[in-house]
Amino acid sequence: MASPDTPPSPDNPATPLIQLRAITRSYGTGEAFVCALEAVDLTIQQGEFVAIMGPSGSGKSTAMNIIGCLDRPTSGQYLFNGVEVAGLNQDQRALLRRHYLGFVFQGFNLLARTSALENVELPLIYKGMPRAERQARARAALARVGLAGRETHDPSQLSGGQQQRVAIARALASQPMVLLADEPTGNLDTQRSEEIMQLLVELNRTEGLTIIMVTHEEDMAAHAGRLVTFRDGRLASDVAVQAGVS
Amino acid sequence: MLWEAFRLALRAIRRNMLRSFLTVLGVVIGVAAVIAMVTVGQGSSAKVSADVASLGTNVLVLRPGKAQMGPPSGGRDTSPLFTLRDAEALRSLSVVAAASPSSSSSVTVVSGNTNTTTTVTGIDADFFDVRAWPLVLGRSFTEAEEKGGAAVCILGETMRQTLFGNTDPTGEQVRLKSMSCEVIGLLEAKGASSFGTDQDDLILMPIRTLQRRIAGNTDVARISISLASGVSTKHGIAEIETLMRERRRISLGEDDDFSVTDMKQISSVLAGISNVLTGLLSSVAAVSLVVGGIGIMNIMLVSVTERTREIGIRLAVGAEARQVLTQFLVEAVVLSLIGGVIGILLGLGLAAIGSAFMNIQFAPDIRVILIAFAFSALVGVVFGYFPARRAARLDPIEALRYQ
Repeated sequence: MASPDTPPSPDNPATPLIQLRAITRSYGTGEAFVCALEAVDLTIQQGEFVAIMGPSGSGKSTAMNIIGCLDRPTSGQYLFNGVEVAGLNQDQRALLRRHYLGFVFQGFNLLARTSALENVELPLIYKGMPRAERQARARAALARVGLAGRETHDPSQLSGGQQQRVAIARALASQPMVLLADEPTGNLDTQRSEEIMQLLVELNRTEGLTIIMVTHEEDMAAHAGRLVTFRDGRLASDVAVQAGVS
Repeated sequence: MLWEAFRLALRAIRRNMLRSFLTVLGVVIGVAAVIAMVTVGQGSSAKVSADVASLGTNVLVLRPGKAQMGPPSGGRDTSPLFTLRDAEALRSLSVVAAASPSSSSSVTVVSGNTNTTTTVTGIDADFFDVRAWPLVLGRSFTEAEEKGGAAVCILGETMRQTLFGNTDPTGEQVRLKSMSCEVIGLLEAKGASSFGTDQDDLILMPIRTLQRRIAGNTDVARISISLASGVSTKHGIAEIETLMRERRRISLGEDDDFSVTDMKQISSVLAGISNVLTGLLSSVAAVSLVVGGIGIMNIMLVSVTERTREIGIRLAVGAEARQVLTQFLVEAVVLSLIGGVIGILLGLGLAAIGSAFMNIQFAPDIRVILIAFAFSALVGVVFGYFPARRAARLDPIEALRYQ
C-alpha cells in the first residue's frame, strides 16, 4: 500500500475485489492443532451481495475475519482489489480496515454512553477528518439509515434495530469498498431483521456497495445474490440466489 | 489526534467520577505531602537563620569553657568566667570594633502582688546594636546609669504582660531580690525562638547593677564581639584567642578554657540540619507519590480489561496500536495531573496552616510547585505505560468477542 488514501490498485472492472487463493488458517501445534480453514478459494466481485452460511465451527467466521483483515491466514494468498494483503502487519491491516472496510456485528458493538453521532464519527476520527466535516458526514450517514433526529441518543435509548442501524451508519460513514456483516440480524426479532435486510439490499442495489454477510438464517441469506456454504473448514457450495425468492 | 485523546480521557474520567477520584487520591496525598513538607521546611530554615541573625550577625561570642557547637548550654563549667577588664582588653585590640559583656541570673520579680521568676541579663549599651533589638517604649540606659550601676531595668514583652498587662510599664517599680528597680523601657516582642524558648521572657539591666546588687560578684558570663570592618573572621578569632590565652595564663600546649563562636557558622549548621530534615521528610512523602502511581496503574489495568470491547471496536474501525496506546497513556497522564493539581493546592493549604501554627513565614516556592507538577505527569506516563501497552496489544478478534 503506497498510500492509504488511494485504493490498492486502479478500479479495473476486470480485477475482482476479493480473491482468496488456497487460504489456510490453523491454530496451535501438536495435539492442539486445529485447522479452521483449509485451502479455501473464493472470489468476490465488486457490487456483489454474498451470504456465507455454515454450521458453527465450519470456518465461516474465520473466513470473515481474514476477509475483514482482522486476522491473517497461515498460508495462501489474499488479493484485495488486486493487491496482496495476506502478509500485512497489524498496523497496515488497521489502515486497510480504516479506509476500505466497514463492519457490522451481531452484538452491534456500539460504544456505550456515547451518542449515536459520536459512534458514527469514530472511524472518521481515525481518518483524521476535521470535526465539522466529520459531523456532517456522520449526520448524513445516520440520515441514510433512517435515524435523522436521533443523533444525540445513547445506544441504551435506542431499540435493537435502531442500534444496528447506527452500526451500519458507522460502517457507511467511512465510505468503504466492502461492508462486512457478521450475523447482523442475530439479535433482532423477525420484523426488525427484515428491515435491516431491506436496508442492506437497498445499499447494495442503489449504491453498488459490496456486502459480505455471515448468517445462519436461510431467510436472511435469501436476500443475497450469492450463497457460499462452509463445512469443516472447506468451501462446500457456492451458488447464485435469485433475490427475493426463498 | 492528541486533542481527541485528551477529550476522550476527560470523558472517560467523568464517566467514573467516584472511581477517578479514589484513583487520584494517592497522587493527591503524595503531592500534597511533598509540597507541604518542602514549603514548611523552607520556612523553618529561613526562621532558624533569622533567629540566629537576631543574636547578632557578624558577631563572635566569647564564652568560658572548651569549644562546643550548637546552642548555648546551661551547664556549669569549671573554667573561670570573664571580667569587665577582659572586655576592656578586647576593645583595645585593633581588630575588635566592639566588645559587649553580659551576664545572666535567675531571679524572682515582684510587682504589687504579682510575682514571677525570670532571667535578668546584665548588659551594656552596645547590646541593642549588636542584637538589633529595638525598644518600643521608654529609653535605654544612660552612660551614667551604666557606670554607676543604677537601679533601672528594661522589660521583655512577656514580663510586661505578666506584671503590668497591656499598660505602659515605664516609670513603674519592680522588686528584684532585695532591690527596687525602675522600669525605663520595653523591648519589641520577638516571640518564640526556633528552639522553642520564649525570647521575651527577660529583664535587662546595666551589667554593673547585676554584678553588685544581684549576683554579688564581678563575673561576666560571655562577651559578644564585633570585628572591625575589613578584618577576616579567621584573623580576628586568632587575635582574640592569643589575647585571652595570655590573660588567662594558659601555657603553650594546653587547651583553651574558653571558646570563640562564629554566629554565622552556627547559622549555617542549623540551616544545614533543617535542610537535611526537610529532605528526609520530603523523600518519605515522595514514596507515597510512587504508591499513588501504583494506584493509577491498578485502576488503568482494570479500565483496560473493562473496556476490552471498546478497544476491539476501535481496532476494528481502523485504530492503530499506537493510537490506542496514546489514548490510554493520555488518560493516565490526565488522571495523575488532575491529582497533581489538587495535591498542589491541598499541599499549599496545609503548608499555610502549618506555617501559621509554627509561626513561620509561608513562602511557597514556584520551583517546587513546577517540579511536583512535572513529577505527577511523569507518574502518569510511567505507571500508565504498562496498562496502555496491554490495551494496544489486544487482538481485535478476541477483544470484540469479550463480554
